[in-house]
Amino acid sequence: MSQSTHLDQVTIRFAGDSGDGMQLTGTQFTNTTAMVGNDLSTLPDYPAEIRAPAGTLFGVSGFQLQFSSHEIHTPGDQVDVLVAMNPAALKVNLQHLRDNGIIIANADAFSLRNLKLAGYEQNPLEDGSLEGFQLFSVPITRLTREALVEVAISSKDKDRSKNFFALGITYWMFSRPLEVTLKWIEEKFAGKPELIEANKKALNAGYSYALATEVFTTTYTVEKAKTTPGKYRKITGNEAVSLGLIVAAEKAGRPLFLGGYPITPASDILHNLAKYRHYDVKTFQAEDEIAGVGSAIGASYSGALGVTASSGPGIALKSEFIGYAVMTEIPLVVINVQRGGPSTGLPTKTEQADLFQAFYGRNGEAPLPIVAAKSPADCFQTALEAAHMAIKFATPVFLLTDGYLANGAEPWLIPDVADIPEIKEPLAVSGKEYLPYKRDPKTLARTMAVPGTEGLEHRLGGLEKEDLTGNVSYDPENHHNMVRLRQKKVEKVAGFIPPPDFSGEEQGVLLIVSWGSTFGTVFSAVEEARKQGRQVSWIHLRWINPLPEMLGKLIHNFKHVLVPEINAGQLVKIIRAEYLVDARGFDRVRGLPLQTHELVEEISSYFEE
Amino acid sequence: MNTIETLEQKEKKYTKEDFTSDQEVRWCPGCGDYSILAQMRRLLPELGVKKENVVFVSGIGCSSRFPYYMDTYGLHGIHGRAPALASGIKLANPDLTVFVITGDGDALSIGGNHFIHLCRRNIDVTVLLFNNRIYGLTKGQYSPTSERGKITKSSPYGSLEEPFNPVKMALAAGATFVARSMDRDPKHLEATLLEAARHKGTSFVEIYQNCNIFNDGAFEKYTNIKTRFDNVVYLKNEQEYRFGRENDKHLFWDGHRFRVEEWKATEEPLTHNTDNLPVSMEFALAELSELEDFPVPVGVFRKRQAETYDALLTKQIEEVKKSKGQGDLQKLLESGNTWHVD
Ligand SMILES: Cc1ncc(C[n+]2csc(CCOP(=O)(O)OP(=O)(O)O)c2C)c(N)n1
Ligand code: SF4
Ligand SMILES: [Mg+2]
Repeated sequence: MSQSTHLDQVTIRFAGDSGDGMQLTGTQFTNTTAMVGNDLSTLPDYPAEIRAPAGTLFGVSGFQLQFSSHEIHTPGDQVDVLVAMNPAALKVNLQHLRDNGIIIANADAFSLRNLKLAGYEQNPLEDGSLEGFQLFSVPITRLTREALVEVAISSKDKDRSKNFFALGITYWMFSRPLEVTLKWIEEKFAGKPELIEANKKALNAGYSYALATEVFTTTYTVEKAKTTPGKYRKITGNEAVSLGLIVAAEKAGRPLFLGGYPITPASDILHNLAKYRHYDVKTFQAEDEIAGVGSAIGASYSGALGVTASSGPGIALKSEFIGYAVMTEIPLVVINVQRGGPSTGLPTKTEQADLFQAFYGRNGEAPLPIVAAKSPADCFQTALEAAHMAIKFATPVFLLTDGYLANGAEPWLIPDVADIPEIKEPLAVSGKEYLPYKRDPKTLARTMAVPGTEGLEHRLGGLEKEDLTGNVSYDPENHHNMVRLRQKKVEKVAGFIPPPDFSGEEQGVLLIVSWGSTFGTVFSAVEEARKQGRQVSWIHLRWINPLPEMLGKLIHNFKHVLVPEINAGQLVKIIRAEYLVDARGFDRVRGLPLQTHELVEEISSYFEE
Repeated sequence: MNTIETLEQKEKKYTKEDFTSDQEVRWCPGCGDYSILAQMRRLLPELGVKKENVVFVSGIGCSSRFPYYMDTYGLHGIHGRAPALASGIKLANPDLTVFVITGDGDALSIGGNHFIHLCRRNIDVTVLLFNNRIYGLTKGQYSPTSERGKITKSSPYGSLEEPFNPVKMALAAGATFVARSMDRDPKHLEATLLEAARHKGTSFVEIYQNCNIFNDGAFEKYTNIKTRFDNVVYLKNEQEYRFGRENDKHLFWDGHRFRVEEWKATEEPLTHNTDNLPVSMEFALAELSELEDFPVPVGVFRKRQAETYDALLTKQIEEVKKSKGQGDLQKLLESGNTWHVD
């Protein structure tokens, strides 16, 4: 008989070959866990190669998930349960497993060849080296084959079902229902009855195996999280961005146009939006990133909401056109799903190193508003805000997310569309005198006249504009004035955006200033530090340009300012330059989210002097 | 503004003045660009579209200043990228009549990629390539259409590069309307541009344009009325390839290539066909401008009906709406697995 234990939170990591279906397995566990009502946060971690050579260390694909009965914000530093489908997966991931953590290993994959590929001299499942952990060595491949003897598919296909067997074991362990995945299998393999049968059987077999054998003695339950009541779904950052854009366009009464070019990890935004023709979404897969942004600017010019989405290398190509949108003052949303750089860098890993690129990556004085999402679900709200400000201020706006936000998932309280405010910003209409560069004194934004509007024909371009008329001007004073106007316009955005998240006292020893996807880690670290009695204050920036008005005063009330980032120190330099404070960076540039415990240690060091 | 005025305006037939903006034209005196501008202002009233629905989009170069001088909507873009802007404009609002104004450097060097993909997609815009075989605005470097051996500031010992043939490129890239004309043949130019503008799909017109400052006389042989007829063969649909001062020569197709021969009337004369000339002839014709001892073809090489990208996009949206129904935002947000927290 097994016993049942209540747990508050669990971190599980599925790891195997890129061909083992680990992303799929992790996603299924996530979907089921979301339906059970736990809060959760995920971290897909996979190689850039589609099918790296089997069994190798660099071919290991992982999917980490933390779920909990209370609110959580990170996919977890340390892993409680590691599912290792081969020796390489074990080797790569063991370092993340906590002491006495659980290993479920596919014993059949620990062949001499695979052991060698992973660099093991002896079989770790047998040599006692895993003594500090709870090891469950299960012949998953063999058991899957046995469960599928009667299914009429090739043995190769049978072996491909073994991830469902492993998933079944974990479902039993964590008392998850099978229905969500069973239903998914039916939809996914519709028209292929043998595969439906095989995968369902494998899942059930894994579950029954864990139930029936004496190997697993404990099942765990994680209660529903107590969160805001309402209707929820699971959402990734790229999905949330896509939905936010569609809603923004609808609320603005402008059709959505995405000009893009495939690049990891931004492509899913293009994929998602391409599905929604019936929402009047036009997607254009251009010949390169330059044409992607150019077409988006052209579309905005004719009255659409023009958007382009890319990652660092693609953003580099778009620079000239983004400067053009600054000059012509045409609305544009530029999404940078940041990945490890420089150059091609680490395509599938996360990083925050394109902040300077967003700030300064153009020729001339070319300021523009910059907003960064803090969590996968928050990408929805940031996309809405980015689009709103782009239209309201007739300006390109940078929306920064990253690989972790893009592919990571969490529960999302689905908003009521009717509650989302309209984005009604007027276009110029016929019959009135029109000066293309006349500005609204409140925003300093110009009003656009779109082609098709009778009597308002005018010319725009990248040459310097004369104030008011928008005619080409080489006048020195006019240029000076226009440079300042463009800057002031961006500063005015500050009056129209929500205040940043702030918690703690308004003065003290330490203020943490963070931005973007580190939110979850910093949240957890601050919580932990406070438990230890540290009085930490924390501000998380959503809009990074313009910086929030309150920050200027606040920042001088602290003895120390700490800026954690996944880069070599970018926001920290901006903060130092802007406020003349001795802000310090905390940076770990590994292509992964920051670790909570490391940040807790860093925070502590400021209180130990 | 009251309604009566609006009506009157609508009924008014445009003149070239209606398309003339208040900006002073700033090309060098004698530049071939003036002629192209004049023909454009002249033909637009003929085209019969409302001027608020016309957009000129350009890149960077002397030629690309063009939009400033037209009293329509205009975007002076960035170097080489006008096709990208134009694609977005046309796809977002297919009711607009969109012209792309570009130079040989703009379209074929920095913008070569965008140019070929525009042609391939057959987006309904009209491209005017002002080919002066030189970089005008940057003061006279050789361009991708300059002849090998050209001495310029950036090639003091002669350029080492073979030039592009823009007509061949446009044909190969799949443009559905491909033509050539000349700044100094205003009647032909106006007629060709009008035909190009009326064509549905990507229309491409290479215009021989004299830069009298940095490459004067580049097309003299073809434009000078004294030498023109011996060096130019005008392409006319369903007409023979006759040329020469006395109209005494023609192009003879021997099944593989063209030959220049004395013209003799035959029972089955070879005539031009813009609709479906065999590929071999189409390219052989385009290649003549690269060969010695052949006249340069001027006129329409290809004019083919094919579905445009913009029309296909509109159609696809309608079809998806028909099969899935007009999208409902709330349903969209709630798609996938959902659950309730009470
Ligand atoms: C990105 C970029 N690179 C270079 C230039 C400089 N530039 C401006 S126009 C031009 C060449 C123009 O030649 P062409 O397209 O033939 O036009 P033309 O002036 O002859 O009409 C160059 C190199 C630029 N404006 N932008
Ligand atoms: S430089 Fe040449 S192409 Fe440019 S305006 Fe002068 S004559 Fe015309
Ligand atoms: Mg030129």
